[in-house]
Amino acid sequence: MSYSGFRLIKEALRGHSGWKPAWRNPEPQPGYDFVIVGGGGHGLATAHYLAKVYRKSRIAVLEKGWIGGGNVGRNTTIIRSNYLLPGNEPFYELSLQLWEGLEQDLNYNAMVSQRGVMNLFHSDAQRDAARRRGNGMILHGSDAELLDTDGVRSEAPFLNFNNARFPIKGALMHRRGGTVRHDAVAWGYARSADRHGVDIIQNCEVTGFRIENNRVLGVETSRGYIGAGKIGVAVAGSSGRVMSQAGMRLPIESHVLQAFVSEGLKPVLPGVITFGAGHFYVSQSDKGGLVFGGDIDGYNTYAQRGNLPVVEDVCEGGMALMPMIGRTRLLRMWGGVMDMSMDGSPIIDRTQIDGLYFNGGWCYGGFKATPASGRVFAHLLATDTPHETATAYRFDRFEKGLMIDEKGAGAQPNLH
Amino acid sequence: MIIPHPILGPRDAQEFVYLGDASLLDRPDWQAEDASSAFHDYQYQRNNPAGVHRELWFHEQGDRSWLVVTRDTTTHEILKAELARDVALAGETAK
Repeated sequence: MSYSGFRLIKEALRGHSGWKPAWRNPEPQPGYDFVIVGGGGHGLATAHYLAKVYRKSRIAVLEKGWIGGGNVGRNTTIIRSNYLLPGNEPFYELSLQLWEGLEQDLNYNAMVSQRGVMNLFHSDAQRDAARRRGNGMILHGSDAELLDTDGVRSEAPFLNFNNARFPIKGALMHRRGGTVRHDAVAWGYARSADRHGVDIIQNCEVTGFRIENNRVLGVETSRGYIGAGKIGVAVAGSSGRVMSQAGMRLPIESHVLQAFVSEGLKPVLPGVITFGAGHFYVSQSDKGGLVFGGDIDGYNTYAQRGNLPVVEDVCEGGMALMPMIGRTRLLRMWGGVMDMSMDGSPIIDRTQIDGLYFNGGWCYGGFKATPASGRVFAHLLATDTPHETATAYRFDRFEKGLMIDEKGAGAQPNLH
Repeated sequence: MIIPHPILGPRDAQEFVYLGDASLLDRPDWQAEDASSAFHDYQYQRNNPAGVHRELWFHEQGDRSWLVVTRDTTTHEILKAELARDVALAGETAK
């Protein structure tokens, strides 16, 4: 069933009695050509593009809980294409272009809102870095605009421009960036994949891989054995756990990132604003809550909750940037498990086991990448060659010295 | 999190800086035949377990000692804290 204004009026006239579930709830088949492990944003997007763009069939998505219950429902919903390095920016630009056409592609309202992302800077050196980044973005077909202090003031007059230690000198404005309703991304991809014949199997945990002669044959799951021609793993924070079942170690540590929502306020923030002198980023949801976050906690963890020192640190950053939030009450906070890689960039590659493919290492930047991640992972699964925008995301980049280290922090995952 | 420092007693984890898996104490032999791949594994590959994890913490805001802390990564419960020097000298990290 397609969604449209006409359909909405029709259903309104007959008491909304004609709506159907957005996706089926099928029993697992004995075998599939493609099995995607992980029913989050990336896994569902992979299934969607595999079926729709690459015309593959006999595809299943296995999810241990319910779809969209992990990081795709736990992030701060920001999309942007403002990376610096050549290995990254073409990929994120592809992602932003896919976001721009997402709702038509999926026939689903994901509330993509290009309200702008403004990265503030507070010193001459940061201005130089912002100018360089902006030029890099423009060279890769993205958009960037350097604002001076008055330019920032006209966008966001409520910021603390007179902070003695970190005065706002300007910002790098990325107007095509913005926010998306994150749950709708999972649901939209799931519905579209389902309409293209993909089996989405929930409450089905992968407990092991069946591997013979270095070739993967299928997965053992909590709902029995499922054979597979090719298996793609896209499980974010659980990457280490799942891939260890195939005997693999990864250049990844799992860390927790916390996010926060304030009580609902009247519209106050024009777009996404990031503080350049501390780690704090904030936007306002359509319901009015300020959605904000900061650094990861910094130690290995699989618990989807963090500790209070980071809460204090994030709120201090917020107060330094926009003191007006001082009387706003925090409504909710939560944590998500991040697959922090050794250079801060993802891995989308074959493994040394035939038929087993891996997509992970997204650190805390996986949400914006969802469409492109699905698109290039589907490309890899369908054609066995990396997509042209993802040729740098290989396992062997670490031994070859070809790291994609945006922050220049080295092999220290908690610093990326 | 409170880390039970073996010399100073219970200390707030905020006084410490986190480095990572305690296997970083076992530096490979740079003269070995396979030194290149051993250093790759040492530098980049991690077990990243969900459960008991031995890890290095540096008491930067305290006595500047390195500790090996045994902690459950699913609950944040700290099971043990030892001086990294003792662990390294006893050769207990290989596991």
